[in-house]
Order: sequence, then structure tokens, then C-alpha cells
Amino acid sequence: MTTPAAQEFLRRAAEKSADLTHRQIIRRGIEHYDAAFHRGQARFLNWEAARQQCHEIKWEGVNHLDRYLLEFEKRVKERGGHVFWAADAEEARNYVASLAARHGVRRVVKSKSMVTEEIHLSPALEKMGIEVFETDLGEFIVQLRNEPPYHIVTPAMHLTRVQIAALFREKLGDVAGDDPPELVATARRALRRAFFSAEMGITGANFLVADAGLIAITTNEGNARLCVSLPRIHVAVTGIEKVIPRLQDLAVLWPTLATSGTGQAITTYNTLVGGPRRPGEPDGPEEFHVVLLDNGRSELLADVEQRDVLYCIRCGACLNACPVFRNVGGHTYGTTYQGPIGSVLTPHLRGLAEFEHLSYASSLCGACTSVCPVKIELHHHLLHTRRNAVRAGTRPFGERLAFRAWRWAMLGAGRFELFGRVARALLRAAYALGLEGSVLDPMRPWTRNRAAPPIPRASFRELWRKANGRN
Amino acid sequence: MVLARLLLWVYNVEPMPPRVALFIPCFVDQLGPQVGQDMVRVLRRIGCEVDFPQEQTCCGQPAFNTGYWADAAPLAEHFLKVFTSAEVIVCPSGSCTTMVRNFYPELLRGSPLRAEAAALGQRVFEFSEFLVRVANVKDVGACFPHRVTYHDSCHTLRELRLREEPRELLRHVRGLELVEMPCSDECCGFGGTFSTKYGMISAAMGDGKAENIETSQAEFVTATDSSCLMHIEGILRRRKARARTIHLASILAQEAS
Repeated sequence: MTTPAAQEFLRRAAEKSADLTHRQIIRRGIEHYDAAFHRGQARFLNWEAARQQCHEIKWEGVNHLDRYLLEFEKRVKERGGHVFWAADAEEARNYVASLAARHGVRRVVKSKSMVTEEIHLSPALEKMGIEVFETDLGEFIVQLRNEPPYHIVTPAMHLTRVQIAALFREKLGDVAGDDPPELVATARRALRRAFFSAEMGITGANFLVADAGLIAITTNEGNARLCVSLPRIHVAVTGIEKVIPRLQDLAVLWPTLATSGTGQAITTYNTLVGGPRRPGEPDGPEEFHVVLLDNGRSELLADVEQRDVLYCIRCGACLNACPVFRNVGGHTYGTTYQGPIGSVLTPHLRGLAEFEHLSYASSLCGACTSVCPVKIELHHHLLHTRRNAVRAGTRPFGERLAFRAWRWAMLGAGRFELFGRVARALLRAAYALGLEGSVLDPMRPWTRNRAAPPIPRASFRELWRKANGRN
Repeated sequence: MVLARLLLWVYNVEPMPPRVALFIPCFVDQLGPQVGQDMVRVLRRIGCEVDFPQEQTCCGQPAFNTGYWADAAPLAEHFLKVFTSAEVIVCPSGSCTTMVRNFYPELLRGSPLRAEAAALGQRVFEFSEFLVRVANVKDVGACFPHRVTYHDSCHTLRELRLREEPRELLRHVRGLELVEMPCSDECCGFGGTFSTKYGMISAAMGDGKAENIETSQAEFVTATDSSCLMHIEGILRRRKARARTIHLASILAQEAS
């Protein structure tokens, strides 16, 4: 069965794989990242040990989610904060929307959050007449272009500064050149006005620290810090899997996240907040809310085989390492989370039948698994997803039939040899007639994109028998 | 070599088993018989007695990787039956070795054959791994006076964790100049059924690989897997590139004339 999502993926993938300008932009960006990432890794005394430690911290958090989430909730409430448990995207959206309505919010500033993308929060607020400002520079850019983030960490990596300058000229008006500092200053002017007038700040959370009852937010621009300190209301929307047991766990999680994400030793701004402004404090919100989103995560938790997908800290390293991502780009996936992690996670969040194709759009090279800082077996999970899709019976009838026939043929050495000989003879005849690459080429799916190999007259087993007998 | 033999004797370990069973992947059998023959030549040259179990067909990887585990499992069982008495099994493919060693135990989980599969996995070796780690041979007496670059096939590198073994063998080939290409460990884009299901992505990845090969200015690109090489060769030909592909076994089989 080919779903609309699968057809759309195929169409966009074909378009992007042939787009050499796109390939060049992404390659340059990722070469930059690779160099920084390797420098970052070298700063660790033992990178592999850090990965293992991060894996174990997340293992503990995810495998004792019940306990740590309750501990987190208790401490936040003690400090006067509110915690809302949202079973799905709609519940989360409605909570934030009614909060905004109750407080007469007209303007919202947001720092970068993939969970709010997942639940399509901004369109819901905009429908209520609320102005929503993305304050992360990359997010601000894609928001102006009216498109979703291209990459979970670097949302505008597909754009050149020339394109961004043109966009700013069109939408903001006050920019002269395409000099990066000038572009940043232009965005900052637009955003400062929003920061000072917004009634509500919305952020995500990189970690929920259970023993301290704090949320940890990491940014390079300090925009989250403004979102949590200037507006009257702060809402953090986050997935339940973000909880970690102890504050001290950040000692390894922060540098590992920074290195995997951008190659930095540590991200520029790391903020810990956990409640509304207390008497005597100069800044901070009057109300502090945390929305804990499930939206399919509990079911993933119940899947023992793929549970470790919940360890993900959204660093984006697997996207950068993935040769498929680099060629098709982030928008081709049609999902909130792109790349290998998205291909594994999305079938759980949005349905296997509609998103199984993503698991097939991989050569299973394993580059993702080799860079994952929390050691998720990403490429093996792609295999598991394929198996689950076959078991669910959603694969095309022709494919199922083909593998059944192939199995029958391969279970007898005589049959295998006979079919092989016939197929080779057929191919040799076709290629002798010059049919290679034409519509009559029996290997058309192969030769559409590359030359056919020379087809040998005899198989290995025939040659072996000739030389060594039947032994 | 002498020292190694001495150590084996001191620790009372049997020396290298001289008898090996060939595991010839189905596509090598059908499309690259020369690779199998070249491997046999090298194995015999270092003193192995070579056996080819005639009932072997395919390890089941195409079905397994496409999600058809129920169709792959009978082939794993067939493989176990064919190779049950083999002490050491050698295969000119890191990918098919991975299937047997790393994935059979998972495929046969819950089956009474799982333990046997796990044990058999420890007796299957990729060709370069067998030469360097089991037979303890780095110089097989080959001569190939060309500029060669080595492509790390994904399964060989990331599942079997073999990075140095093939390079070590290449460094001992007379006249061979080994040059590294940029990103030698990046996937070439073959990926089994991926190469036809998503042919355009596969070809774009192949293009990237071809550019890196061209940067190295090598005459030949070699690897441990005929499947990657068949794809790379197809891409290189379409690009009318100068470089050609050759399997590691075929380089090692070349002798000075």
C-alpha cells in the first residue's frame, strides 16, 4: 500500500537528490559541523565513556519515568508552579490556548521547541488572533518563510545568507547588505520589540531535572532566557521522556549535547528555571506552567525493543551523519523530526502504516548509530520497523509475493542454479541487443540510475564443479 | 610469523586450521564468480584446503533487511544445515558475514536453533578478517602495481569493526600505492533493496562516493563487498570516470608475472 505521505516523500526525494545547489549548501554546512564535532570530541578525555554515561542516565530516567516525573512535578508544585499532563497534542494545545485566553494574551514569544512543532501550537494560537514570534534566529527565519524547520537543531541550514538577506529585505524592510552581523542586528531589532511587549513566553525543555524540580534549557542566543524572564507567563512544553534523575547528571549531558549538536564545548546559555518569580526577585514570570506531553510516548515506552528511542536528547548528530538526510534534505521527510531519529520515531507518533516508508529510505549504513551520544541503535530500529510493517501486513502485495517466491527458489540449490542460469542468459541476450538502460531492460530499476555489471557466462558453482568435481 | 607460530606452540593452541569452507554469497556466485575464484586462489596459496558446500544458496539477508523475517528464517536454517560440520567458514563479503554472525541470533530468537546460530557465527569470517586475525597472514605474496583507494563498506566497518585488516593486507601488496579518499567510511548508497526502491537517493550517494574516489586520483577502488563495488562501478561508468573497481580478493590474487 502506498500512502499519500509515501508518495510525497518519493516525489520530494527525487527532486532534492537531483538538486545540486541544495547538495552543495548542505555539504558545506555539514563539513563545517564535522570539523567542529571532531574538535569537540577530542576535548573529551574519553568520548566513548561520556556516551556510555549519557546512555545510562537516560536509561535510568526512561526506565523509571513514573517515579522521576512525579518527583519533578512535586518539586515544581512546591515552588508554586503548575504541571499539566497532556495525553495528546490536542490536550496540550487546548491547555496553552485556554491559558492564553484567560490572561488576554495578544503576543507570544517562543524559544526553539520541537515539541511545540509536533503539536502544531503556533497555528492554534494564531487562529485565536495571537501574534507568535519565534525568537531563535533560525526559527525566526523559517517562520518568516512560512515553512517548517529544516533540521531539529539548525532550522535554516538550507538557506544561504544571500537568501536570508533577501527575505529580511522583503519582510522586515530595514536591511542593506548580506553581512551576517548586520542580518543578526536586524533580527534582533525586530525581536526585542516582541520580547518587551509579549505577555506569554513559551519554551521547550532539554531536560527535566527530577531531584531539583527544574527545567534545563540550552540555547546559543540567550533567547530562551528572555522568554522565561520578561513575559508575565512562562509555559514550558515538553515530552515526558526528557526527565533525568539528578542535577549533577547535567555535568556530562550538557557538554555531550553541545558537542553532538554543534561541536561546542558547552552551549552558550544554559538556563535552569523551576517556578514563578518569588518575592524580592527582580524578574521572572508571575505564572509558571509545565506541559508534560505523552502523545504516543507511553506506547513507545511499552515497546521493549525500541524503548531506547526515548533516550534521544535531540542533538541532531544523526541527521548530520546521515547520507540520506544530506541528499534529500529535512523538508522531504514531511515530519517534525527528520533524519534517522525521525524515521524511527514518527511511525510511533503518527502511525506505522502511514510512515513505514521512512524506514525503507535508508541504506542501513549505521553512521547514525555510531554518532548517537546516548547510543540509540538507530539503524537496527529501522530494521525492526520494517519487520513490524511486514507483520502488520501493510506492505504491497507484489513485494510479499516476490519474497515468498524468492524464498522457495533459494531453499533448493538446484532451483537457485537453474533460475540463475536462465536469468543470466536472458540478461546477456538483452544486453547483446543493446537494451541496457532501456524500458525493456529486465534490470531497469537498477540501470535507471547506474550501469549494469557485466553478466558472467558461468556461475561460481559451475566453475567450481568444472575445476574440482562434485566432491 | 615465526614468533606467532612459537607463541601458538607455547600456549598449546592448535595452529591455523588448514581446512576452510567457502561461503559464496548468492550474488557473487551469479554475478561475480571471479571474486570467489580469486579468494580460493589466495586461500590455497597460504596453505588452506578449500571446500565448497554445494547446497548453499543465500543467507537470507535481502528478505531480512526488507522486513520479511518469516521468509529469511528458513534460509538461516538452511544455512545452518549446510555449514553444520564446517570448522571455519570464509566469505568474501562483510555484509553476508554480518548477516550470519550478527543477525542470525536475532532472527532466530525463540527458535531452538538460536544457540547453534550464535555458535556458528563465531566460525564465520570475512575474508580479510580471516587472513589477518585467524590465519595471521598479512603478506599473501600479491603484486598489484597500481594506485588504489579503499572504501570502508558499512557492515565491514560498523558491524564487524574491521578497519585496519583490509588496509594491512593492501599495504603488503608489492607495488601497490594505498591512498585514502576523503570520507572513506561514508556509505556508497547501495543498501540492498534501497538501491532500487530509492534509486535516486542511492545514486546521489554514489555520486558523492565517486567524487571522493576521483579526489584520491586512484586507478582502482577496492572493498570487501562485491555489492558496494557493483554499485560504485555502475556509477563510475555512468560518469565516464577513469577509476575502476576491484574486490580485495582479486587484488590479493594477483601475482608478479
